[in-house]
Formats: sequence, structure tokens, C-alpha cells
Amino acid sequence: MLIGSGLITALVLTLAGLAIWRGPRPSDERRWIIWWGLGFSMSVLAVLLAFALWTGERMIARDDGALQVQAEAQQWGWRFTQPGPGGPVVTEGVLYVPAGQPFDIVLTSRDVIHSFWVPQLGGKMDAIPGHRNVHRLMADAPGTHEGLCAEFCGIGHAAMRFEVVVYDPADPPPFVSAESLP
Amino acid sequence: MTEKMHPIAPNPPRKALLLHRQMQRVWSDLPGWRGAVCSVNHSTIGLRFMATSFLFFAIGGVLAMLIRAQLATRDGAFLDTQLYNQIFTMHGSIMMFLFAIPMLEGLSMWLLPKILGSRDMAFPRLGALGYWCYLFGGLIILSSLLFGVAPDGGWFMYVPLSGKTYTPGINADVWLLGVTFVEISAVAAAVEIIVTILRLRAAGMALTRMPLMGWYMLGTAAMMLVGFPPLILGSILLELERAFDWPFFDILRGGDPLLWQHLFWLFGHPEVYIIFLPAAGVLSTIIPVFARTRIMGYGAIVAAIVGLVFLSFGLWVHHMFTVGIPHMALAFFSAASALVAVPTSVQIFAWIGTMWAGRVELRLPMLHVIGFFVTFVMGGLTGVMVAMVPFNWQAHDTHFVVAHLHYVLVGGFVFPMMAGITYWMPMISGRFRVRALGEAAFWLIFLGFHGTFFVMHLTGLLGMPRRIDRYPDNPEWEWLNLVSSIGGMVMSVGFALFVLDIAMQWLFGRRSHRNPWKANTLDWAMALPAPPYNFSSLPSPGRDDATAILPLARGEGLLPGAPRPRREVLVTDAGTGRPDHVAVVPGNTALPIWTAAALGSFFLLMLAGLYVVTPLAIAAILWAGWRWGGFMGSRADAPDIPVAPGLSLPEHWQVRQTLAYSGTVTLLVADGTLYASLLFGVAFLTVIAPNWPAPDSGLGLGALLTAGAALLAMALATLAARLAETWRATPSGMGAALAGVLAAGLALVLLGGLAMLLDDPRRHARDALRAVLLGYAVFHAVVALMLGLRSLCDARQGRTSHQRRGAAPVWQLFQAFWLATSALSLGVVALQEIG
Repeated sequence: MLIGSGLITALVLTLAGLAIWRGPRPSDERRWIIWWGLGFSMSVLAVLLAFALWTGERMIARDDGALQVQAEAQQWGWRFTQPGPGGPVVTEGVLYVPAGQPFDIVLTSRDVIHSFWVPQLGGKMDAIPGHRNVHRLMADAPGTHEGLCAEFCGIGHAAMRFEVVVYDPADPPPFVSAESLP
Repeated sequence: MTEKMHPIAPNPPRKALLLHRQMQRVWSDLPGWRGAVCSVNHSTIGLRFMATSFLFFAIGGVLAMLIRAQLATRDGAFLDTQLYNQIFTMHGSIMMFLFAIPMLEGLSMWLLPKILGSRDMAFPRLGALGYWCYLFGGLIILSSLLFGVAPDGGWFMYVPLSGKTYTPGINADVWLLGVTFVEISAVAAAVEIIVTILRLRAAGMALTRMPLMGWYMLGTAAMMLVGFPPLILGSILLELERAFDWPFFDILRGGDPLLWQHLFWLFGHPEVYIIFLPAAGVLSTIIPVFARTRIMGYGAIVAAIVGLVFLSFGLWVHHMFTVGIPHMALAFFSAASALVAVPTSVQIFAWIGTMWAGRVELRLPMLHVIGFFVTFVMGGLTGVMVAMVPFNWQAHDTHFVVAHLHYVLVGGFVFPMMAGITYWMPMISGRFRVRALGEAAFWLIFLGFHGTFFVMHLTGLLGMPRRIDRYPDNPEWEWLNLVSSIGGMVMSVGFALFVLDIAMQWLFGRRSHRNPWKANTLDWAMALPAPPYNFSSLPSPGRDDATAILPLARGEGLLPGAPRPRREVLVTDAGTGRPDHVAVVPGNTALPIWTAAALGSFFLLMLAGLYVVTPLAIAAILWAGWRWGGFMGSRADAPDIPVAPGLSLPEHWQVRQTLAYSGTVTLLVADGTLYASLLFGVAFLTVIAPNWPAPDSGLGLGALLTAGAALLAMALATLAARLAETWRATPSGMGAALAGVLAAGLALVLLGGLAMLLDDPRRHARDALRAVLLGYAVFHAVVALMLGLRSLCDARQGRTSHQRRGAAPVWQLFQAFWLATSALSLGVVALQEIG
């Protein structure tokens, strides 16, 4: 997408540059308005939109029994609930998820609006008081990622970080399990 | 269209200098400090708007530099977090509300009468009132920064963070009250611009061939008229919640924080196009001048403007992609957001095609146009990227979005405005500029801008969120931020040079000759610097371009000179531009500043929490409002005014479709939008918010009967207002007016009684919304009553006759609006009770 944008920018600016620095020449209204103004822009947008919808549809959370974890945000920290061998396990500031399988994260907030975001795993979703948002993510390989609050939430906003520990599903840490919460 | 109109014979030529002196006596501002307080002339007010907004731009720029200084290193210890939060909130709020909007209002007030061929805006006092509201409101907002209580919740003020619980101080109140005060000027400007464009164009200038700037400003004003009311409503609701604990946004009592986001972005997205359209108008005006050709695709551009106006209201949700809405809705708004790029692309290619056809002269304004092209095209494309949902989830609330919005706003507004200012400066100052300074300023701004914001795309893609004041654990962001900070400093130096260039031109520039760019629009058909009256005589059909300069100055056009000592303008038919009547517009008066002071005292008392004293301020506002009507109306029928040989037209108090009537209709569109937003709030909370249904209400038969009686009284008052106009030439007219006033007064008393019967608004959002619906009806009761009293006064003082209608037509409009909205409100409450 970056490359495409770069090419379009270069193209438009080249046309503008030619128009400015070359002398006058016959200029057909139909060609500029219909072909370039309408035709060109609409075909680029149609391709882009179809691509975006297709990707978006794949990323959407749906009810297919995927692992579910919960995140409750408050000023200024995160509390995660994930399945464990002996029932739900609550952790502060660290989320444990298995690698290689999609999981849903259920977002709620105790006070103001926050937003859950792990840049390396993908998109973000707001945690809004009174609402329950479900967001689907997947981590490919075990490792540790940094997450943060992406909606301005007051004095402690910049420090409202958390960690996502992605573990190998064959070898989970002793206190969590990759099974869904009952 | 011109061909179909009867040709109008020219008036006999006279000495231009004598006409100039005659006009000057009537149209000049008062000398000294009285001029500062009493001026209402569109050139003076427009320039004041622009100069003041530029001051605020400088202040906003200084705040931006503080932000960049803080972020230059990862452990910035320059500002503490609290101050940093105030500063970025104020930077955004000042640039949006105190720079961009007032700047475009000022430009259109200053320019429109000139380019459309008139002598003033339709409502000069309203323009002055808008200016004082803007200045006073801006000073209130600014002073909060000095006292350390500036808004700190981000420029879009999301609840619950901006609610009483999480912002207990007055920081949020400053924003809500200050911005609403300033927005009075936006709504006033929108009404004024629309009526001016539709009714004050030169004779014979049909809508289909008016200069493109007129179309652009018409689109802008239409968006302002519909875009600002949701924001004003949202601010009123949030202030009511903060001040009186009415729970519109509190989930425990049936409110929902998402309601704020919807109302805010209903305004916030059109806002982007409100800012872009006037800038595009400047481009469409000056590109053909420097390409020495005509604009390509007039019709396509008009269609693009209309398309943008409609599309811009269909995509507010794209600011809310991460709040959790169904994917189908996301797809719809994503498509709409992408579609909005089409009209923009049509315009861009029309401009390129225009330059293609002509030989472009690279004068200073054209440099800024090139700055626009480079910056805006990049900003538009990142905009399409942000509109794509999956990418949006990734980029939302990062520095990528910060970079994108600065590309769009600086590219799409600041560069075109600088092009416009350098283009029209000879008309403002009457002088040529000093060589080379402007070019140096342009290059510093251009390079500084891209140095600041191009790398910021990358900073955002590397994951740096907005609105953080330090990032000790992310050394990889540091060098990018440092580059941005250095670029920012370069840009500031450039803006300082830009101001210096303007000042030098004013002080030391060589006198400019007329029409220095050889443009062909009417704004250049006058002496430089532009006189306050613009044209000694007004353009006649077929002679409405810059070549008419000498005949107009010699009084060969319409309505020459000022034989009667009052400010006269020609009012034309909205579509065809056929001359309709002669309107007398007000001259110098201190009423606008007094009215703004009365309004300001109300906002200050609210801010101080002195709610018990506010009735005093309301009384002052009513007194000032009453005084506005004093100018209108006349005690005697006057003969028609000679406009040209064989053409005489009536004075405005002897016609029904006056400017004031058009203005009232326009204002009611804004008012109706506010009401529709309120109904949207009722529906949204009822369907979406948690903790519904509300507890049982205490409303019973008594309330229903009271409301019914109030509606009946309103209907009677509406009928009486109508009869007061029908019988205006007979004594029964006065009787009808009296009956109407009494009925409206009775309705007001009944509404007051209804207030006693309502449930406690603090209990649940439903009850709070009902109280707001009632408050809306009471507000309109007061306005309708004032207009009724004015009509009664007209009848008593002999200001009505068979030809003169006084305030009665406007009173009827308001009366009918009040009745319709009140009946709708009763219907909504009844539905809630049954359902």
C-alpha cells in the first residue's frame, strides 16, 4: 500500500509539474475530468476497498470456540483474565497467550475509555465503560511483545503499558492453559 | 441567463472623485477608538477576523514548539505531564476553533461582497457580533492557559475522561463554554455567508455563472450550518452533566460515552471539509489567473463541491473504527470515506488541466500553490490508507495519524491561505511586496514542514502513540523525533518571515497599480486599497468583470453614489440575479459589542459556577436582543428608489422576501439540525445505552393536559401572528398581535408549569433528555415572545401599513417552528410512555 501511494503521489505530482513548467498546449476537459478525475480515482479506490474488506472480514472476531481472554482497563493499568488449569487466572499487566492460534480478547473498562494495542500483533480496539468489545488477534511465534494504551486517558496515559507473553502451546507456563474458559 | 434579462441602461457618467467622497462619508468607519468599537463594515470586520486568527495561529504555533521541545529527547524533562496534556489539547483546539474557522470566516467576509459585486455582507451587525464573540471567547480560552487550568482532555474531549469524576476542575468547562461562545460566530457567519451569496450578487449574475469562490463558500457555509449544531448540542449536554449532574454520558444512569463521540464527529468530520473548501476556492480563483486562462470544468467543480458537502456528513463514524461497531457498518463507512476522495480528485485534475492549457507564471502565490499540491496529495493518499479498516486499526492514535492530519490541514488549508493572502495583499495594502522575502519564507515553511512531518509517518508506523510526553523505553523513536523537532523550528522561522514580509509590504511597499495580476473577477474592479464601499455604482448585467472598473467608478452602474445618507445595497433574486429591491444595511453601532459582552457575562458566570446570578446576564442578553429590532422597520411608505434609467425598486421594508426573512429561514435550518441531533441522542440512548429501560416515570394525566394546553396556546399564537400580518393595514392587526403575544405568554407559563411536573433529571438519562426537550421549547418561547412584542410595537408605532409588514413574517416563522418542534417533543415523550 505504501508503494502504491508513493507511485500515485509521484504520478500526480509529475503531471502537475509538467503542467506548470511546460508551455501551453491543448487541454481536453473530458480527458482530465472524466478519465483522470473520475476514472482513475474510482478504479484505485475500488481495488483498495475490496482488498480492505477482504482482510477485515478475516480479522473479525466470530463465535468459533477460539480461546477467550479478558482485559479490564482502568487508570492506569491492565488486568487480564486467562484460563488456567484450576480455573481463571488473573494477572496484572501481563497477558499470556498461546502461539499459532487465534484468540479473542474481551475488552471492558472500569473508568474512562482506554484502547488495547499490541503493535506487533495487529490492530487495536477500545475499552469503553458500559460496553464489551471483542477483538481477534493471533501471534505466530513464542516471544514477548509490548502493548500500550492507545486512547488518551489522563495523566498516567504514557505509562499505561503491558506485556504479552506468547508461549509455545505444547509447553505452557504452569499456571495457564490454552483451553477456553468454561 | 444574462441574455434573457432586460438590458439595463447605464446611468450618466459623473466625476469619480466626487462619487468617492460622497460614498466615503456614508460608508467609512468612525475615527479613533469609536471606530474600533462601532465598525460593522465587512472589510474592517473581515480583516480583523483574519488578523486575530493569525495571532492565535502564532500562539498555537508556540505551543507546538513546546511539544516538539518536549519530544525531542526520550526523557524530556521540559514540561510535566499535566502541563504537557494542557498544551497539546490547547494546540489542537486553538488551531481548529480559533485559527482555521475564523480565518476562513474572515476571508469570506472580506472577499465575498467584492467578488460578487456588492457593498457589504447581508448582516453587517451580525458579522461584528460574531467577531466580538470570537475575540471574547478566544480570550477566555487563552487565559485559562495563564492560570494553569486549561483544558487537558485532548481536543476532542472524550467522556468520561472530560466528565466531572475524572476532570473535577474547570478545565473542561473552559473548553465547553469557551468553544460554544466562539461557535456563535461560526453559525452567525454561516447564515451571513449563505444569504449574501444567494441574495447580494451583482444584477444578472445567475447562480450558474457566479465566480467559483461563491460556490465554494456556499458549500462551506451549508456545512457549517449543519455541522456545528451537533457540536453545540454535545457541549450543552456535557456542560449540563458537569454542572447539574444530568446523566447523558453516565452508563450507570442510562447514558453512554459513545453519544459524545457521535455528536463530536458529526461535526468533526465535516469540519475537515469546512476548512478545505474555502482553501480550494482560493486555488480555483488564482490558478486560472496565473495560468492566464479560464478554469477548466466549471460544472464538474460545482458538482464536486455539492458531492463533498453531502458525502462529508456520511462518514463521521470513520473516526470511531476502534470503538467496536459491526463490520457491515464499518464497510459502509469505509466505502463512504474512500468515495469522498473522488470529488477531491476531480478538482485536483481540473486544476492540473487548467495549468496544462495555460502558460503558468511562477509568482509568489503560485509557489504556495505548488506547496499545496505536494503536501495535500500526500496527505490525501495517507487519508485513503487510514480509511481502510485494517490499516486504521494499526495506525489509529499513532503519530502516523498526526502526520496525516497535518499534511491535510497544512497542505489543504495553510498553503492555499498563504497563496490567497499573498494574492490579495495588494488589494488590502494597496502596495507591491518587497522582493525575495516571501520566497525565502515559502521555502523555509515548505522544507521545515516536510522535515517535521514526513518522518513522523515512520515514527507512527514504529508504534509511537499520540499524546505521550516521554518514551524512556523506546530509544528507536528518538532520532526521528529529533528530526521532527528541528524541522518544526525551521518552519517557525519561516512563518515569522512570512509575517515580516506582510509587515514590510504594508510599510515600505511601492504603491500598486490597479489589478496587478490582471485577474478578471469583480474584486479587482476597484481602486487599491479597496474602499469600504467597494463600488460607487453596482455592476449591471453582462458587465460583471474586472474590465468594468472605470464605468463603475464613474457611477454608470446601478444605484450610483449615496444620495440618501444611508448604506444601500441591491438585493437580487437567489437563482437568476434579477434585481429585486434595495436594502438599507446598518452603519456604525456599538450594539454588537454590547451584545457580545452580555453573552460573555453569561458564559463567565456559568464558568464561575454562579448559576444563581445568570438570570441577570440573560436579562442583559434579552435587552440587547430587543435593541437589535429597533433598526428595522420604517414609519412611512417611501417611493421606489431609482436604480438605473427606467428601473426603480422598492425599499426593503416594503417587500416580504427581505434579507432578514432569508436569514431567519437559514438560521432555522441550523436550529432544526440542533433539534434533530437532540432526537438522535434520544433514539441512540434508548436503543444502545445500557441500564435501560428507565425507572417508572411520574408523568401522568396532569402533565399530558398541561402539555396539550401549551400546544393549543402555541397554535393560537401562530394563527394570531398570521392574522397580525394579514390585517396589518387595519386596527385589527394590533389586536391580533396582542392576542398572539398573550397566547405565547400563556404557553410559556404552561411550559413552566410542566417543568414542575417532570421527574428529577438527575435520576436517569431519559428524564434528563426530557428536561432538555422542555428547555428547548422554553428557549423558543422566549424568542417567539420577543418577536411577538416587536410586532405589537410595530403596530402601535405605525410601522405597519399595506406595504410595510414589520416583524410579523419573521415572527410567524419562529412561531411555526416552535409549535412543530414542541409537538414533536410531546410525541416522542408520549411514545416512550406507551412503548
